[in-house]
Amino acid sequence: MSIRFETHDVDVLVIGAGGAGLRAAIEASALGARVGVVCKSLLGKAHTVMAEGGVAAALAHVDSKDSWKVHFRDTMLGGKMLNHWRMAQLHAQEAPDRVRELERWGAVFDRTSDGRILQRNFGGHSAPRLAHVGDRTGLEMIRTLQDFGVHQGLEVYMECTVTKLLLEGQRVVGAFAYWRENGRFVVFRAKSVVLATGGIGKAYQVTSNSWEYTGDGLALAYEAGAELIDMEFVQFHPTGMVWPPGVHGLLVTEAVRGEGGVLRNSTGERFMERYDPKRMELSTRDMVARAIYTEVKEGRGTPHGGAFLDISHKQADYVKKKLPSMYHQFLELADVDITKGPMEVGPTVHYIMGGVRVDPDSAASTVSGLYAAGEASGGMHGSNRLGGNSLSDLLVFGRRAGMGAAENAKKIPKHPDLEPAQIEAAEREMLAPFERTGGPSAYDIHARLQATMQSLVGIFRVEADLQKAIQEIGSLEREAARVTVTGAREFNPGWHLARDLRSMLLCSEAIARSALLRKESRGGHARLDYPKLDPEFGRKNTVAKKDGEAMSVTQSPLPEMPADLRAIVDAELEAVKV
Amino acid sequence: MKEAVFHVYRGDAKGGALQEYKVPVEEGMVVLDAIHRIQAHSAPDLAVRWNCKAAKCGSCGAEVNGKPTLMCKARLDAIPLDRPVTVRPMRSFPVIKDLVSDVKWNFEVNKKIPAFTPKKDAEWRWKQEDIDRVQEFRKCIECFLCQNVCHVIREHDEKARFAGPRFFVRVAGLETHPMDSLNRTQLLKDSMGIGYCNITKCCTEVCPEGIHITDNAIIPLKERVVDDHYDPVLKVFRLLVGKKAP
Repeated sequence: MSIRFETHDVDVLVIGAGGAGLRAAIEASALGARVGVVCKSLLGKAHTVMAEGGVAAALAHVDSKDSWKVHFRDTMLGGKMLNHWRMAQLHAQEAPDRVRELERWGAVFDRTSDGRILQRNFGGHSAPRLAHVGDRTGLEMIRTLQDFGVHQGLEVYMECTVTKLLLEGQRVVGAFAYWRENGRFVVFRAKSVVLATGGIGKAYQVTSNSWEYTGDGLALAYEAGAELIDMEFVQFHPTGMVWPPGVHGLLVTEAVRGEGGVLRNSTGERFMERYDPKRMELSTRDMVARAIYTEVKEGRGTPHGGAFLDISHKQADYVKKKLPSMYHQFLELADVDITKGPMEVGPTVHYIMGGVRVDPDSAASTVSGLYAAGEASGGMHGSNRLGGNSLSDLLVFGRRAGMGAAENAKKIPKHPDLEPAQIEAAEREMLAPFERTGGPSAYDIHARLQATMQSLVGIFRVEADLQKAIQEIGSLEREAARVTVTGAREFNPGWHLARDLRSMLLCSEAIARSALLRKESRGGHARLDYPKLDPEFGRKNTVAKKDGEAMSVTQSPLPEMPADLRAIVDAELEAVKV
Repeated sequence: MKEAVFHVYRGDAKGGALQEYKVPVEEGMVVLDAIHRIQAHSAPDLAVRWNCKAAKCGSCGAEVNGKPTLMCKARLDAIPLDRPVTVRPMRSFPVIKDLVSDVKWNFEVNKKIPAFTPKKDAEWRWKQEDIDRVQEFRKCIECFLCQNVCHVIREHDEKARFAGPRFFVRVAGLETHPMDSLNRTQLLKDSMGIGYCNITKCCTEVCPEGIHITDNAIIPLKERVVDDHYDPVLKVFRLLVGKKAP
């Protein structure tokens, strides 16, 4: 039976055009696959563009003693040993090649005095390891991939949103989407699908994430039957802007601290001395975020409820050269000259460590034909991600996902027929909000979800709050099913939000339920009622999966690390008591 | 609380008009905040592009009181609020809906530029001073405000024969890259139409990244085009040494 909608056939469909999506698409294309890239925004606007501080890779240009083993160890310790060892290993081993490759494709990193790629310090990295371009590394990366990719024959479908993965039995065979511009539907037939859709920040009130970050890929994977692991681990970046209100949550790069910035509370005390005297400001993000939160909670916050972050002891020219975006961002949006005085900063939701469970080598999910890379995948960062390890993750596992997806596509001789019933159901689901009347507004439900997640599933969690959050999310889900959308289908943000909202609700439920199950504190998950690490929980991943109409959340054993890798981390492990 | 009156363009390719909305003014508020407030409270289908809200992605270009700007950077305390604030889409591109215009043409132009092509067997080392200028060009966030204000595009609509400042900046970044091996002056002269630019610097004035588009990118590129294609001395020299024009 023919399909009523515009239809495109590709070997590999990549959903998302940030670093991971573009790198996956480039690789799949290089292996001979016909590749389509679908993205919600214009090409080059994905969240990667906002990454600032750098890409972590043990190039050993600044500290010759650095190596993949040290990077591996730092990553495992930063993730409190919950990382998938194989992902952390591949990541540390392959990141240097991926960075050099980016340079061969035209990226222009800052230089050392002897003309090589310069590297800077970052929290949790025991050597200066982040290749960077001032504080706009993400822009450099995405533009390089974009300009390289457009000459590789990628078919890019911009401002197009996937609402459903199409299945044949247990296998992913395509996707249903709409064009934002005209609201028309489009169907993709694909032999493999790569999810590179990023995270979930928009489920929270205070976040560094853009409107796109609504957990679409996680929700699509879940609905297709894939497993989501470790969803309780949400990273609060310690330094977001706190004032003015319109920019609350905007990222203040960790590079400020990497370049020597110090944190002080309202009494002038350099409070990190009390939380992590050894690493101070360059402690891991989970630690610094909790420290700032605690200082504010205990009455030592700044006028707008944050901490002071000061880099003004450095030469003004140096600050402007190494942190140009921060300089302009504060000057223009907050009337603060950071070369003259301190910034006010506080925690902001930045990243989710959890995501689609994948095979480390091929990025294959637990559903046939479905792959995931970057923030949408889980396991790589364990319970807490180190700064700079995301951009390298995108490159390493974006490439691997492209390889895995292309190899799978080669094994499939022709596109399977799509089931008309699935497509019709996807269409009905999208049109229903126009046909209903008198229902609630998506904006209103979104605001209430954000308030719920912020107050009940925040930096510190407690059983009663999590129970309450799960109940509230449930009732918001019921309301979301009644949402009414007004206006036409052409570029209608209210309609777009109505769909994105359902992904956010699903991810929020997974976060809250996973957080409830993990009765310990580890990395990005801190429980006031279970404030310590628990070795039992340290051996388990949390797994959220669709079970009929309900969400099942269980635990599965962490993959066993081989002895040679174990030896790399063991020496340091004693020192940090993981 | 203080209130501001906004006149926001509502319409599509077929036409439209300014519509009035009242918005309470908060401290430090920008125009994009006001647009979001209008969306959430009065016009859920008001179309607008945005992503980062920090002038890093270049999505939210529009014309505020006639001035092309990123809405995320347009502070209300720098705009007179005793009269309505008008917000219109960028004028040089076709309107899709409300504040969203069709900028696809730019992506098509970009595809025509030959990619970075490194020299073979070169050593990948260079000084920071050698790339300061390249990095200036690579700061571009593709907001297309320079394209929007360039009179060759805005008044004369020469999109078929002229690539616009954004893509001169892109080419400048490639041509000055210490490792690039191509010469793109023929392209600049012919299909990119660099000759149409008469250096009025409108692009430079509007660039949110402060790139010196005219002085650092376009003028040096024009000089290269002249050297390669119009200089009689060099032409004779090439004839004598038998070197083909690039």
